[in-house]
Amino acid sequence: MTSLYAVLAVILFTIGLVGFMVRRNALVIFMCIELMLNAANLLFVAFSSHHGILDGQMAAFFVMVVAAAEVVIGLSIIVMIYRARRTTSVDEEIVMKG
Amino acid sequence: MILEIAITGVEITFWVCAVLAILGAIGLVTFKKSVHCALSLALVMISLAVIYASLGAPYLFAVQIIVYTGAILMLFLFVIMLVGVSAQDSLGEVVKGHRLAVGLAGVGVLALLVFAVLQGVTGTPIGIDGNANNIQGLAGLLFSRYVIAFEATAALLITAAVAAMVLAHPEQLKKKPGQTERAAARLEAFIRLGTHPGPKPNSGVFARHNSIATPALLPDGTVAPSSVSEVLASRVALPSVDELMAAHDDVLWALEGGDTYEIETDLGQEKTND
Repeated sequence: MTSLYAVLAVILFTIGLVGFMVRRNALVIFMCIELMLNAANLLFVAFSSHHGILDGQMAAFFVMVVAAAEVVIGLSIIVMIYRARRTTSVDEEIVMKG
Repeated sequence: MILEIAITGVEITFWVCAVLAILGAIGLVTFKKSVHCALSLALVMISLAVIYASLGAPYLFAVQIIVYTGAILMLFLFVIMLVGVSAQDSLGEVVKGHRLAVGLAGVGVLALLVFAVLQGVTGTPIGIDGNANNIQGLAGLLFSRYVIAFEATAALLITAAVAAMVLAHPEQLKKKPGQTERAAARLEAFIRLGTHPGPKPNSGVFARHNSIATPALLPDGTVAPSSVSEVLASRVALPSVDELMAAHDDVLWALEGGDTYEIETDLGQEKTND
């Protein structure tokens, strides 16, 4: 049963990774990163249950806290870029200029 | 041969939630509008929360829904509202062969990770009883073995909050004008354009009403147009100058020694005439 959870986590992680590489909207890229973090969390919780110790759940908890902090900073950076450049697409060359 | 199939609640939960989570993840990657992406991410997160509950992690189940689905996704939605809901992404390729390369990389990573992770599944599963002191156990770990990480997390959250405020605050390009500067600017406008430098007349001055729809009368008996809001002037029928002047004259007459009783009867007659 744990292998099934592991495979689900890996599938979700891969979908997040593919989305991260395919999408060009900074917001959607950010959501794909969140999906990858969630997949890692699922693996933590599944192995915590497999081994019968709570440390995995603790790790997932810390991942959530770090993800919250990361989202706050990332989204404010996206809002700043949008204010200055009027776009959230990471492919516009205007975003790349200093 | 009779296959004995014993399906437990945990397995049913897993299969339902796994299908929902994968569908949501595919939606996240394929939807064009970022709002739809955010909502499919919410589907993934809620299904994961249910899986956590079935894996003996009731605390993480609650935190997943409150923190991830509640706080983080709402933050995403706020920013989507801020930068424009209706904007659609073009999903076409910019670099030739990009899609194919990403697909190959995805398959490769999937295979690699599946083999790597399945190596880690050893021994028989023990399982965690989610009902037995889950929160007490987590709290015991948090404040003993992981207390340093906990403190670091506190510092991280404070830093993130301060950083968000610093980043989100727009830069003040000019110094805010004080009283001296504003007075100088008014006089400057008076010299250049002839704008009256003093305060504007209030609505209702020299009139019988103090309603904001009653324009002020200037000393020469004309209406001061700046005393009534433009919106009101365009929507409401303002009282005419004659009407206002009549009231003004009545008051003047009373002040010069006229009989107040007669004025009141005059008023009464006006009302009946109306």
